[in-house]
Amino acid sequence: MNTKEKMELAEWTMNYTLKCGANQSVVGVSNSRDIEIEYRDKKLDKLKESTENSLSLQIYANQKYSTHSTSDLRKDELKKFIEEAVAATKYLSEDKYRMLPDPKLYPAKLDMELKLNDKSYEKIDSSSRVKMAAEIEKEAMAVSGQIISTTAGYSDSYYEVVRVHSNGFKGSYDGTVFSVGAEVTVKDKDGGRPEDYCYATTRFLNEIPSPEILGKEAVKRALSKIGQTKIESGKYLTLIENRVSSRLLSVLSGAMSARSIQQKSSFLDGMLDKKIASEKLTVVDDPFIEKGLGSRLFDGEGLASKRRVFIDKGVLKNYFVDNYYGKKLGWEPTTASPANLIFEYGTKSFDELIKGMKKGILINGFIGGNSNSTTGDFSFGIVGLYIENGEIVKPINEMNITGNAKEVWNQLVEMGNDPYIYSSYRSPAMLFDDLQFSGI
Amino acid sequence: MSRKISRRKFLESGSKGLMAAAVIPYFLNTNITKAFMMKGNAMKLQDYYNHFGVSEKILQEVITQALSHGGDYCDLYFQHKITNNIGLEDKAVNRAYSNIAFGVGIRVLKGDQTGYSFTEEITPKAMKLAAQTAANIADSTKKVGPVKLKLNSTPDYYPIQTPWEQVSIDKKIPYLQQINDKVFAQDTRVIKSNINFYNDTSYILIVTSEGNVSYDYQPMGQISVSVNAEQNGKREQNYFDLSGRRGIEFFTPASIDRLAKEAVRRTVALFEAVKPQAGEMEVVLAAGSSGILLHEAIGHGMEADFNRKNVSIFADKINKPVAENFVSIVDDATNPNIRGSINVDDEGNATEKTFMVENGILRSYLHDRISAQYYKVKPTGSGRRESFRHFPQPRMRNTYMLPGPHKKDEIIASVKKGIYAESFTNGQVFIGAGDFTFYVKSGFLIEEGKLTKPIKDVNIIGNGPKVLKDIVMVADDLEMAEGGWTCGKNGQGVPVSMGLPTVKVSKINVGGVKA
Repeated sequence: MNTKEKMELAEWTMNYTLKCGANQSVVGVSNSRDIEIEYRDKKLDKLKESTENSLSLQIYANQKYSTHSTSDLRKDELKKFIEEAVAATKYLSEDKYRMLPDPKLYPAKLDMELKLNDKSYEKIDSSSRVKMAAEIEKEAMAVSGQIISTTAGYSDSYYEVVRVHSNGFKGSYDGTVFSVGAEVTVKDKDGGRPEDYCYATTRFLNEIPSPEILGKEAVKRALSKIGQTKIESGKYLTLIENRVSSRLLSVLSGAMSARSIQQKSSFLDGMLDKKIASEKLTVVDDPFIEKGLGSRLFDGEGLASKRRVFIDKGVLKNYFVDNYYGKKLGWEPTTASPANLIFEYGTKSFDELIKGMKKGILINGFIGGNSNSTTGDFSFGIVGLYIENGEIVKPINEMNITGNAKEVWNQLVEMGNDPYIYSSYRSPAMLFDDLQFSGI
Repeated sequence: MSRKISRRKFLESGSKGLMAAAVIPYFLNTNITKAFMMKGNAMKLQDYYNHFGVSEKILQEVITQALSHGGDYCDLYFQHKITNNIGLEDKAVNRAYSNIAFGVGIRVLKGDQTGYSFTEEITPKAMKLAAQTAANIADSTKKVGPVKLKLNSTPDYYPIQTPWEQVSIDKKIPYLQQINDKVFAQDTRVIKSNINFYNDTSYILIVTSEGNVSYDYQPMGQISVSVNAEQNGKREQNYFDLSGRRGIEFFTPASIDRLAKEAVRRTVALFEAVKPQAGEMEVVLAAGSSGILLHEAIGHGMEADFNRKNVSIFADKINKPVAENFVSIVDDATNPNIRGSINVDDEGNATEKTFMVENGILRSYLHDRISAQYYKVKPTGSGRRESFRHFPQPRMRNTYMLPGPHKKDEIIASVKKGIYAESFTNGQVFIGAGDFTFYVKSGFLIEEGKLTKPIKDVNIIGNGPKVLKDIVMVADDLEMAEGGWTCGKNGQGVPVSMGLPTVKVSKINVGGVKA
């Protein structure tokens, strides 16, 4: 389906939904083309190629609300689908907060170029995809005799989405995403087989690092885990590497949604304009970063994108407010979830931060664990490196960090200057005082 | 969309997918042919052919196309899955979600190499195009004549009384209202409740180039209750859910009552909860969902793809002792109406109860077709996939430990200082290193052989093989988990269950405070 066909289908679906008795409706039609390759043992292990279609439908029928999606786009079937969906919706309870966003919140124009679509995508042939994965495996295997297995991966995707709202919004966007890298397992003594990975995800293929960099980095990380052990329980100065530091941020962001406020399941209820973290923490949603993985002109509800400061030097300035829970709370919506998160970055590099640690732990991976948005409690499994006098002493694993977000974010002492660019959360390395670890 | 699909192995419980787009209420039956509607689980092969609009001849042609580049084997996986959810919030059933997935996945194997494609348009033309794409894993040419097709008969591990297609939305709404009333009546500290009624039905038809044809009707039901309570300005939240391959008859007045009471009990207990001291200690796992220990500590490591690639910590341990002789661990597809049961796996293989550990000895991996051929063993019926959009991989079904020689009371009495872990939310494992975790939502401290203060929100982390060796007591009170567990692997989620008798682990690392 091309853009015009998708738009026609969306409009037809919307009109038929209204004809069946809905008084408002939103329809999204999307398709994507996805290719995934895995390469190991000098041959192709998996090759997956597909085109996927999807239609989503929101029904507002006299303030009764439901949403539906299907991959079966045959017109006759869609008709039945819509008829039943509208009929079923009428059995629900009325909810006076269910209505489409105020049209003034939709974008006035959609002409900004965010550079989310790599035109070279069209010209990539399957052999060059396989070749890239093969080179990564080769580069990785060449590094060390301790490697048991390397699986190199390559995937790319082109997608296009159109959406129409019955109260006057129409929009479409498309984009490309490339994700390339490797997972490496190495031999340890006593039968252990530590593993690690290095993947880069970008909008443009030419921004993916070379196979050599990706392969070697994955190996380096896996090798650094050989001999890992747990150390004594206690409080440690803790540096969290940029590619995983957003895990700790999730404890805050989960409690910043309007839903969690309205449903009384947020420890940040009532904390607007109050200090919730150290002044080192400034968090901004910037939807307009060129080539940004989360960049967009409007969000998942059609609301015009806007740059917003969510946390300013430790002070909570905004919640993630969607249309529905905003209405329930009597608040103006912001956005249900951020586009790209950027931070106020520090001045020191990752290496400089390590050098400055007299005694502490560098966390470079999380495993399991969870958090409680109602209370702020969290507990996560970790792997990492033990640091003394600015030097890596040994790898550690099988340890937990446990605490409460209310306290821990006030223990943030420094941000790195190294945003992680392969995610829409461009978090830097973060240094915390006195995190509680459990080990031996 | 912008993030690499996680390759990590994880397990999570509860309302998976409820917040995401998913799910409607059907009193009519969208896209369901008459045969489906009337017969539900009584459908026959011809009904499936009619429903997907295929004939033997078309299937044979697609297979011929799929093998035209020299592939050794191919299979076609047709699926029609209808997912419905209705939700109660702020005392009203005011939201519904539904999803329909309809399509066919085509897989071609060349040795252990996989080519995969799928189409949501089940026409001969679209299927042949997808077959052509999947065929590209091989690179020669081959002419294959029509394959003779033969129906495999399958058992029925999940008999239900009423297919979900016959349950209209208005029949489900009162369940949520009743539970909500009971939740608020239970305790004045309750301030919010969120209740979801989820069900899905998957019709699958599998056709292989070896001529095997299988079909299955896979129902699923789940009610989840989440409760927030407030006491002296302090808030806590917890949940309880029941799930299984069941029809609506599963939700009896007694189970409705239990859903409400248990969700409230688990929530208000947290007001008194403390965090244990950080570090290694004795841990007693309550009978039931503590089977998460097995899922993470050994289950994933026994999935044969990881062993074939030599990346699992269990890769060289078959027929070696891994635990005390009273420890036997199975992965079982055959438990009646349990969430992870399957009549046939997603490659068309017969399913079974597989002994991973028998009297302390490591016995069998969990195999799909590729690994079974590699190890020259019979497949264990463990080839599963999330949907027609995904290729199968070795996966768990219901993982549990058989009853042992000890008693629950004697186990608790034997602990001087430790914890009793009762409910869980999620877990994860590193296959190669063997590190695994699971998150304890609630439980108790054990002091001098007695359960004392409640505990909450701590992660447990251990090493699979070490923890198996450290299982020092196993009681005779095996229970299966009742909740809606979903296991994730390489970006694919499948429903699973687990179980455990009361078990004592002599030493494991508990997240906590003030070491």
